[in-house]
Amino acid sequence: MAIETLVLGAGQEVGKSCVVVSINGKRIMFDCGMHMGHQDHLRYPDFSLISKSGDFNNALSCIIITHFHLDHIGALPYFTEVCGYNGPIYMTYPTKALGPLMLEDYRKVMVDRRGEEEQFSSENILQCMRKVTAVDLKQTVQVDKDLQIRAYYAGHVIGAAMFYAKVGDTAMVYTGDYNMTPDRHLGAAQIDRLRLDLLITESTYATTVRDSKYAREREFLKAVHKCIANGGKVLIPTFALGRAQELCILLDDYWERMNLKVPIYFSAGLTIQANMYYKMLINWTSQKVKDTYATRNAFEFKNVRNFDRSLINAPGPCVLFATPGMISGGFSLQVFKQWAPYEENLVTLPGYCVAGTIGNRLMSGKPTKIDVDENTVIDVRCQIHQLSFSPHTDAKGIMDLVKFLSPKHVILVHGEKPKMESLKGRIQSELGIQCYDPQNNDMVSIPSTHYVKADASNAFIGSSSTPNFKFPKIRGGNSELGDERVAEGVLIMEKSEKAKVVHQDELLEMVGGMKHEVQFAYCCPVQMSYTERISDSELSSRNFGLHKLLAKLSTELTEDSIQDCGEHLQLESLYISFCSRDNCAYRATEDCIGDKSATTYFCCTWLAADEKLAWEVISIMKKLHVIDT
Amino acid sequence: MKLTCLSKGGGYHCPPCHIVSVGGLQFLLDCPLDLLALTIFSPIPTGSNAVLDGDSDCSPRTFLDSEDGRKRQKMDKTLDADDLIRSEPCYKTVTNLHLWDLSFIDVVLISTPMGMLGLPFLTRTKGFSAKIYATDAAARLGQLMMEDLISMNVDFRQFYGPEESSFPKWMKWEELEVLPSALKEIAVGKDGSEIAGWMPLYSHLTEDPHLHMSHLTDAYTVCRARVLLSAADMKDCMQKVQTLKYAEETCYNGAFILKAFSSGLEIGACNWTIRGPKNSVVCLSSSIFVTSHAMNFDYHALQGYDLILFSDFSLDVNEDTENRVMTAANNLSSVSVFPSNYLYSDGSDTQHIITESLLNTDDSFEEMEKLAFISSCIIDSVKAGGSALIPIGRLGIVLQLLEYISCALESLNLKVPIFVISSVAEELLAFSNVIPEWLCKQRQEKLYSGEPLFGHVDLIKGKKLHLFPALHTETLLKIWQEPCIVFSSHWSLRLGPCVHLLRRWCGDPNSLLVMEISVIQLGMLLVTNNMAMYNLQKGVDADLALLPFKPMAMKILQCSFLSGMKLEKVQPLLKMLHPKVVLFPENLRQHFGGSSTSSISFIQYSENETLRIPRLNLSPELDISTDLAAQLNWTKLTDENIHIARLKGELSVENGIHRLLPGNEQIVASHSGLLMHWGSVNLQSLVASLQNMGINAHVEEETNGTETEYGVHIVGPNRALININATRTVISTGDEKLASLIFEAITNSLDSI
Repeated sequence: MAIETLVLGAGQEVGKSCVVVSINGKRIMFDCGMHMGHQDHLRYPDFSLISKSGDFNNALSCIIITHFHLDHIGALPYFTEVCGYNGPIYMTYPTKALGPLMLEDYRKVMVDRRGEEEQFSSENILQCMRKVTAVDLKQTVQVDKDLQIRAYYAGHVIGAAMFYAKVGDTAMVYTGDYNMTPDRHLGAAQIDRLRLDLLITESTYATTVRDSKYAREREFLKAVHKCIANGGKVLIPTFALGRAQELCILLDDYWERMNLKVPIYFSAGLTIQANMYYKMLINWTSQKVKDTYATRNAFEFKNVRNFDRSLINAPGPCVLFATPGMISGGFSLQVFKQWAPYEENLVTLPGYCVAGTIGNRLMSGKPTKIDVDENTVIDVRCQIHQLSFSPHTDAKGIMDLVKFLSPKHVILVHGEKPKMESLKGRIQSELGIQCYDPQNNDMVSIPSTHYVKADASNAFIGSSSTPNFKFPKIRGGNSELGDERVAEGVLIMEKSEKAKVVHQDELLEMVGGMKHEVQFAYCCPVQMSYTERISDSELSSRNFGLHKLLAKLSTELTEDSIQDCGEHLQLESLYISFCSRDNCAYRATEDCIGDKSATTYFCCTWLAADEKLAWEVISIMKKLHVIDT
Repeated sequence: MKLTCLSKGGGYHCPPCHIVSVGGLQFLLDCPLDLLALTIFSPIPTGSNAVLDGDSDCSPRTFLDSEDGRKRQKMDKTLDADDLIRSEPCYKTVTNLHLWDLSFIDVVLISTPMGMLGLPFLTRTKGFSAKIYATDAAARLGQLMMEDLISMNVDFRQFYGPEESSFPKWMKWEELEVLPSALKEIAVGKDGSEIAGWMPLYSHLTEDPHLHMSHLTDAYTVCRARVLLSAADMKDCMQKVQTLKYAEETCYNGAFILKAFSSGLEIGACNWTIRGPKNSVVCLSSSIFVTSHAMNFDYHALQGYDLILFSDFSLDVNEDTENRVMTAANNLSSVSVFPSNYLYSDGSDTQHIITESLLNTDDSFEEMEKLAFISSCIIDSVKAGGSALIPIGRLGIVLQLLEYISCALESLNLKVPIFVISSVAEELLAFSNVIPEWLCKQRQEKLYSGEPLFGHVDLIKGKKLHLFPALHTETLLKIWQEPCIVFSSHWSLRLGPCVHLLRRWCGDPNSLLVMEISVIQLGMLLVTNNMAMYNLQKGVDADLALLPFKPMAMKILQCSFLSGMKLEKVQPLLKMLHPKVVLFPENLRQHFGGSSTSSISFIQYSENETLRIPRLNLSPELDISTDLAAQLNWTKLTDENIHIARLKGELSVENGIHRLLPGNEQIVASHSGLLMHWGSVNLQSLVASLQNMGINAHVEEETNGTETEYGVHIVGPNRALININATRTVISTGDEKLASLIFEAITNSLDSI
């Protein structure tokens, strides 16, 4: 069987993340995002590839959403309410709490501001979220009898999770977006060392390696401080969740330390409301923020207040967080129009702005004029500061994660093609792991792991778990203790019954047979002559000849040591004893060579396992000529 | 597998304690303290610490001396406050636990915050090295409870001064002998053995190299130092606790998978499951199906385990409950609707739905009624000008009462301040608002709509609720006004600010004390019959608890809350979970295993007896890697239906699964099992197959006593003899090549591996 990965979105691009993975008959959709850059049918993943008939309930076992960003959750209400998917949906508690805020905000922007046709209604969002099962980190969820999923902390935004999924013996991880370094309010991604067949990872910064972010934070604070010290106004266009909280913690903290009194405003109720959520979800933030929740909740901002439209042109310095980010319209654009023409003001831009937004135009070069629409042209004289910290992992982080998990295969998504190509090369050459970077609507098929199931007997498990200590001799005289335990048993397959593994000793009982021993025997002549006369009684004494033989054999056989057991000599299963009977059944008369009277017979018996060894000893014995002096 | 019930506990505040041995490992389930036993101690004597009324200068030393001379020979008299032991209290641990070698415990599983109060005594024991698991929420709440205990105990240490020895005077036999029988029974138990369980609170056994007692001269510094050291005990203990999220899987020793699922009893309270290669066990503690604060009892997750250790001792059985089962069963006409994702769709849905309906009758309705009644009593007293004191016991009750009371105050437009006074008040309430993952569905909905999870957040913001760490804070004295409603530690009425407030108000007939009593002490009466709760009835333990405050004019409302499963739900639950074996406490004998149709075997256990559980006869499953399976050399046996193959590899145990992997080639190749033959040799076919090899042989029968032996003689190409009897074949020849040919022929006519 195979694991089949169908990439419906975020294949060699960033946007509309959606990957459908089939493992041993189970089909999981990871993320159900939308593309912000498209206004047509391309904005959603092509769901028809999942099921031609549109029967998604039978086509999918479950949907897993990694975090609340629109490129990961944006198409979910559409898929459940318009396309009619009714099966289970899983996301973390924060994602379930904050997801609807993001969706509603987006819906409003689309419908109310841009006047587009509604893709889904507010009611749709609510209905959709009712179908969602919230999960805690590391909670092991049994979706059905065979499918098990588990969330791991991913950093990135609050509630972001990497998801582990296991069907039978096959296991995989889908990372969503993650951050391998902690930021102001979130911890770094964390995952157990898992046995994985497949890792699907984001690769936004597939080739970037970042240094410490503290320097860049200082830069940002310096720029803001300089601006307000000169009486300017700072506009921070941002989305309501995530970055807003991170920057706000940063500023609030700085204000406290520097004892600044300049007001910090939040433009809409949205962010204030979002902070309410953050306060309850404090367990999902970084350890540092968590530790102080009782005495002072970090999201209880002391210097932050609500903004009123009338304050736009009020005199004096201030800092304003305004939605949406990237200045793509709405309130942040309104304020931008008013503040941009004054050079004492400052606008900060996030690290990444979608093409077509004003933010994107401000970033590319330093325009002095920007035409918002046909009638409006803004003079841009204000300062522009570009934030250079991002909640995504860098290339080193990706490599670290892949190395840590050491999966059998890696699939890269959520990145730009040339960069992914280079990362793919590194993963294959440096880590020796098969790696793929499929584009949208491509299918990647990799083999899955299976184990043959058998019932094991207690004796088998017991004997296999017993340590088998060996002291291998190492040159130089030091010996090192080694435990060379090997599990040995017999596998029994009976028609229409589950395979059983038993210890060899239990086998006969299981198959109902009686043991039959197969032995080899040979009465071997050895030439023994004595210079001194030895009394007959002495000669016939069993031990006399045997000891002579032992002495001879020991010098010949240097590797193995023969044990002297009194009545016989023993080497593994080979027994050698003095034979006094003339008509020994195991004696072959034609073997008698040379002087008959000088021939002494030794009866040898052995088992098949030591066949080679036994014949070796016998050939030595035949060639021997023991002359006693 | 073995089970020893060390203690059946005492209701919500003192969960039962067991040792279960599974697969050779010792699991300790919970490590509680019996805080109810604190009632044998006297609270700090009157006058010395009446904070709100100003201090009087009663010297503790002289007080003690006068007591020393007094003979206490009042065994047959009714108890009075002077009979209580005047000493820094000790804390009663599970006595039977001390009979075990603690270093043999491998794992400690904590099911409730209360179940970990005795842990520091364990973790500081020499040789103790067990791994301790608790849910993140239980660990946090448990830690806060410990911190509160330590801080309340400081008052005593300051009052009585440092102890001369680690063996308190009251524990001397002469002193115990003269104790009134009611107290003596609590102190030493029925057979006198329980005296061993008493311990000074997480005391100074952990030596801090920087703090030498001898260097500290004045008593106060010594006290402070001890508090620090006690805190060190606790901190040390908490560091050893590994916290788990809800339903997080953890693996102990590679072989045992441990998981915690909510039990509904309290925030973070859980039922543990242990799954090993051979056994799977559910430790079913006191569970509540539907609650209005903590996450509901997650019983679906407990399906598919072999053995259930039923340790919900909250159901104490008497005749009344029998009748109630009947009425409850008849009242089941209203079947609620269940979300379909609750059920696995595996054909047996109808069976499930029947079970569900039985399990989902609303437990919480009764509890809500009680809370509403309590809050109405409280409102009545404040309206009459009295204050209300609610000792902090169950967190869930406090959180909900705050909501009920504030609602009632609001609707009547009463402006009565509410105080929560406890050293951990702030942390406790703040914590309750940041763990939506452990709360019931209704509270989680609040998260989704962006509202605080509990009402206290808005009350604090609206300055209707005030939190203080202690009574003697300046800000508290500034805003203090009566009548007021106070939640304060500790429910035993021996420790904490609660004692001072009770002394202040016990003479006021308008004031109200809301007392929580455990079900065990009073029987089921209060729980089973709502009306009974409305009677201001006195139980045995309540009498003792109130002893130091007598005579009391204050009104007392005693109430008990659901602290486990209801009896009528046990059978349907077990039916649904369908384990192979259920272990149950002997006092529930008549209610278990009643139905002869069930295939579950019920085994009873009793306190302090070790029960051996018969082997469930399960063979562990082995996963064989496909690489290895592909290389197998199959042999078809004479019984044509059976195929066998020799298996060699490296056995690994991971996440409770045995896996056979190819292993290190060199090492594996160096091992080869002994070749084994069985069956009997067919002479004709042997001769035939020898012939095919170009070897001529003839058979001679030789009778050697009783056994018949055959000699197969070979003369060409070389001489050889094969002696064959029923169990043995001997091939004798001096020709190596011939020997191996004969061996091959023999092997072919036998079964071999």
